[in-house]
Amino acid sequence: MTMAPETAIDAPVLELRNVSKYFGSVISLKDISTSVRAGEVTCILGDNGAGKSTLIKTLSGVYQPDEGEVLMDGQPITLDSPRAALDAGIATVFQDLAVVPLMSVWRNFFLGSEPTKGKGPFKRFDQATAKSIARKELKDMGIDIRDPDQAVGTLSGGERQSVAIARAVYFGARVLILDEPTSALGVKQAGVVLKYIVQARDRGLAVVFITHNPHHAFPVGDRFLILNRGHSMGDFAKNEITREELTAMMAGGAELEQLAHELSRDSADPQVREAGREFKDEAADLGIAD
Amino acid sequence: MGAVSATADERVAKVSVFRRLLMKPELGAVIGAILIFLFFSFLSPVFHSAAGIANWLDPASTIGIMAVAVAMLMIGGHFDLSAGVQIGSAGLIVGILTTHFHLFIWASIAVSLVVVLAIGAFNGYLVVRTGLPSFIITLATFLMLQGLNLGLTKLIINTVQVGGIREEPGYDSAKAVFASQFTLFGQEFQITILWWILWTALATWILMHTRFGNWTFATGGDRNASRNVGVPVKSTTIKLFMIVSAAAWFVGTTEALRLGSMQANAGFGRELIFIVAAVIGGCLLTGGYGSAIGAAIGALIFGMTSQGIVYAGWDSDWFKFFLGAMLLLAVLSNEYVRRRAATQKKG
Repeated sequence: MTMAPETAIDAPVLELRNVSKYFGSVISLKDISTSVRAGEVTCILGDNGAGKSTLIKTLSGVYQPDEGEVLMDGQPITLDSPRAALDAGIATVFQDLAVVPLMSVWRNFFLGSEPTKGKGPFKRFDQATAKSIARKELKDMGIDIRDPDQAVGTLSGGERQSVAIARAVYFGARVLILDEPTSALGVKQAGVVLKYIVQARDRGLAVVFITHNPHHAFPVGDRFLILNRGHSMGDFAKNEITREELTAMMAGGAELEQLAHELSRDSADPQVREAGREFKDEAADLGIAD
Repeated sequence: MGAVSATADERVAKVSVFRRLLMKPELGAVIGAILIFLFFSFLSPVFHSAAGIANWLDPASTIGIMAVAVAMLMIGGHFDLSAGVQIGSAGLIVGILTTHFHLFIWASIAVSLVVVLAIGAFNGYLVVRTGLPSFIITLATFLMLQGLNLGLTKLIINTVQVGGIREEPGYDSAKAVFASQFTLFGQEFQITILWWILWTALATWILMHTRFGNWTFATGGDRNASRNVGVPVKSTTIKLFMIVSAAAWFVGTTEALRLGSMQANAGFGRELIFIVAAVIGGCLLTGGYGSAIGAAIGALIFGMTSQGIVYAGWDSDWFKFFLGAMLLLAVLSNEYVRRRAATQKKG
């Protein structure tokens, strides 16, 4: 009976229990349950329209669930605004990153939470502190920004993402929600962002990583929730699922197999047939088709 | 920490002093101002005499006080087309309250401030509440105020000119603050020049060294992103409109006291001048970028050109052409700088 007390202490930082969300007659989320623990990464996978966005907005306080409950440290909580979620320690890095391109890295880093010095009418933005903290935090995350004075607009997509992540980490987030951080990036840049996700995890944050790419999710994830058309296709720990199964569930294996067949057989063009064969082989490698 | 800042990253060194200068919003205006000064000095020796300088600094100062406030609002991402007509409203309130209702002049000035600040708050509130472009909201305010200035003035004093402010008690003390002259190197200068410098310094300090300044740049740069990180976008916007109104109050009071009278149509059409000065000073029309010093220099260019053309003995009609050409140049170079600053690096 050592399991029970351990579970109580080690409650997930954030947990969803049977959460549903409707927009009129549209079922956006139905009966979704998952959890994320400190020092772990929970990946939420799904294709376009699977309900990923609705789920993030529910976690970040933009929407409130119509059914089910959200628990933090085992206690039910109500997140009725983005500010409430932030105050509870849930930081969301949205796809637009919430950075201002024309402003410098360090000004962006502290935007909305600027340190001040002086009193009364002489209260001012403590720029020296802001600059040195921003530089140190970025460095500690392994983020190599050449010059904190440069405008964020001049950074690459991966670098911008990393500034947003470092900012959330610094401002005491316990849960970090990342909305498709790798989707618009090239292979190398995506790898860099995955590295920051691992960094955040190693610092003890509970990370929720939303993506439609199982190849990005599998290496960093500890838990995987797969969504399809608002329904959960399953919530797995890492040892319960393989990369191939994950990919197959994501893509809707049967549909992909059908496509591979059509491409390889029905075309008169030998080049298309060849492409189809390659596609089928690849699908077979992934365990989708035979 | 020392180790971090001391590390000379070889990639940082590549950003030359020249490029850093190029990123300053006011650079173009500074170069323009120097060229225009040299140009008119060459055409007319009076232009750079003490009397000449005093002469062109005067219009530059009142335009400058407004341009600095308008620049702050533009950095915050908005326009105020009612800025010019608010000058008229402010001056008329001071004039009518002192001469017609015989309110003590300082009390009239205080009432004027409250009313004009309320107009600014109204503009700002409507803009954040409706989400409509400030251009259209303040165009409506502009038209309404234009009507009110004329209509109410005629209704109360039966004429379109308020006169006789000079005869009212307290006039001398008010004039000393807003509309007196000071002597430097044997030449009389308008005190508004000092106020202009003070407003510019204050605006620069607010923009660069306070949280409110940071929020102003952020609000103009990306409203959504700012809101998402907890910047109070709405109150920042409303305060910026009120700052423009405060500047209009200052200039309106100055003009009423200097002339001792106020026309009911004062200030109409000047709003565009302030916007042009701010743009020449490096403000982007899209917001999020610019400087108060730039706007002050933009106003200086205005003053120098308007008086310089007279000194050069040209027809003053050329003034508008010059202005248009300068605006075009400024917009093109601003656009270039913006693209440099906001272009995403590849890789």
